[in-house]
Amino acid sequence: MIKKNTPQERRIILKHADDPKYSNKIGCYLKNDGYSMLKKAFKMKPEEIGEEVLKSGVRGRGGAGFPAGMKWKFLDRKSGKPIYLICNADESEPGTFKDRQIMHKDPHQLIEGMMIAAYAIGAKQAFIYIRAEFFKGAHILEEAIAEAKEKNFCGDKILGSSYSCDLVVHRGAGAYICGEETGLIESLEGKRPNPRIKPPYFPAVLGLYQCPTIVNNVETLCNVKHVLEIGGEEFAKIGKPNNTGTRIWCVSGQVQKPGYYEFECGALTLGEMIYDVCGGLLPGRTLKAVIPGGSSSKILRADERFSGKLKDGSDFDWGIEDIPLDFDGPASVGSMSGSGGIIIMDDTVDMVEAMANINAFYAHESCGQCTPCREGSLWMKKITKRMCEGDARHEDADLLLSVANQIEGRTICAFGEAAAWPTQSFIAKFRNEFEEKAKNGKNKPSLQLI
Amino acid sequence: MELSKETLTKIEEVIPRYPEKRSAALMVIHLVQDELGFISDETCSWIAEKLEIEPINIKELITFYPMLRETPWAKKHIRVCRTLPCALRGSYGTCKILEDKLGVKEGHVREDGEFSIEFMECLADCGEGPVVMVGEDTYENIEGKNAESFADLLVQEKLDTSKDFTSYENGLVSKSPVSKPTKKK
Repeated sequence: MIKKNTPQERRIILKHADDPKYSNKIGCYLKNDGYSMLKKAFKMKPEEIGEEVLKSGVRGRGGAGFPAGMKWKFLDRKSGKPIYLICNADESEPGTFKDRQIMHKDPHQLIEGMMIAAYAIGAKQAFIYIRAEFFKGAHILEEAIAEAKEKNFCGDKILGSSYSCDLVVHRGAGAYICGEETGLIESLEGKRPNPRIKPPYFPAVLGLYQCPTIVNNVETLCNVKHVLEIGGEEFAKIGKPNNTGTRIWCVSGQVQKPGYYEFECGALTLGEMIYDVCGGLLPGRTLKAVIPGGSSSKILRADERFSGKLKDGSDFDWGIEDIPLDFDGPASVGSMSGSGGIIIMDDTVDMVEAMANINAFYAHESCGQCTPCREGSLWMKKITKRMCEGDARHEDADLLLSVANQIEGRTICAFGEAAAWPTQSFIAKFRNEFEEKAKNGKNKPSLQLI
Repeated sequence: MELSKETLTKIEEVIPRYPEKRSAALMVIHLVQDELGFISDETCSWIAEKLEIEPINIKELITFYPMLRETPWAKKHIRVCRTLPCALRGSYGTCKILEDKLGVKEGHVREDGEFSIEFMECLADCGEGPVVMVGEDTYENIEGKNAESFADLLVQEKLDTSKDFTSYENGLVSKSPVSKPTKKK
């Protein structure tokens, strides 16, 4: 058998992140041609930058995968109200740890991307909403902003132009819901982060202080800089059509070498990621399941066959290892690539325990605004926990499913789906384990997950 | 309630960064909590007055956000990640080891106020789990035997000087690679 070459990373965003000679100080960034794209941007018209981003096809890296250029186009410019730019650096989807690397190791890349974006959309002020657990990360960003201000890359009259834009670091306080953009906006206004209902509160129209606001993820904003460098059309050639650029995949769970890996979209399959890049499973273990895009995304069973039609009309028939790692691959098998957090589970995992772990997370993180989510997430946690404590009942699988189905589609924000999808997919794929639990409930699994 | 001059200066610096004062709420609460360890009702009123809002507007934040406190944690506060990726690498075991060695249950403060443990949700370092934070420092792959020596060093107050454990944050300075190419059991 001929073994294929191990797929090679293509590091654009993380190009310098792990270079031992690279530091997060501005001197080092400038030596590596830093802020040259900001200078280039200021020689262009703001709408030309928007056009390049649109042409690049770059899709949001936070979870929803919405084209960034399109998002910018939705900005309400007629209202005459100030425009705000917010970087979503809450990085709260379990399984995701890419933005951490960018902000701690290469903060100026984010600042440059943000200032280009701010200029392009005409923002009056920009914010970085960073999760509070990144204590050092917030310090690093504040220092980097001070350095950038000193060199006139942000703040007053940037690069001697008439454009001014201040950049402020804002710390969250440990709530997952702040990753939802309207919840984030409420939080930034100094309130509880209860998400807003859409319509009418689309941030591009009614965002921060009811003003037009763009909220983009850290990796997305870094990409803006590279779109200018490479050019929109050329950027669109990286990866695959509709899946352009690179993505930073975060692999966690039971593989030999978990970590963050940046590849061109679609450059490798899930199987190549697990076995070639991450060194395979732990000794003596076999693959049981994969959650491909952060804990909210639907779980995939290792022995499933997936078939159907792709967007281009061609047929596919895949095993789990054949799923291409891009935006559309995981989506075409009924899940999503989400935030790029791939969680690997082997045969030591008791699926009811794993479900209980996930349910405990969503019960803890529901903001409590909508009854189906607040009550439903708590019941799903209680039921799965009870099942793991030796008191499982035969009807529990159906009970869980009925709770999940009554959350989905009945909440103000997508948290409802995020809480329901894991339960729906675990029951669909591993119903037998939930039913077995009622028979052999007293058997304690070797790996405790709840 | 008394705050140091340094904190007061920082508070005055933070508020004008925002178009509306109320937006500074979380940042001001962080600054006050960093010094006092928790936010009392008296403190709520003080912050509210500063931001020209009602005390309930601060109280509702303290009671919502997991990292804001009405009572203080211990001198050394330990956060262990509970969420799935860390749990798959054994974080429940890690938490138990820390509880046993430090003599305090998660969610509680040891009687002498030295240690508290919080088994909390995702710390966004899932590739290096189980992840444990000591104060503001993040330690990775704390599991099994490793977790036992980690806990011992914590108790002996020798973690900071130990060569066996470098935090993610300190790793940035010394540039020891954070994501290692080979490792794990």
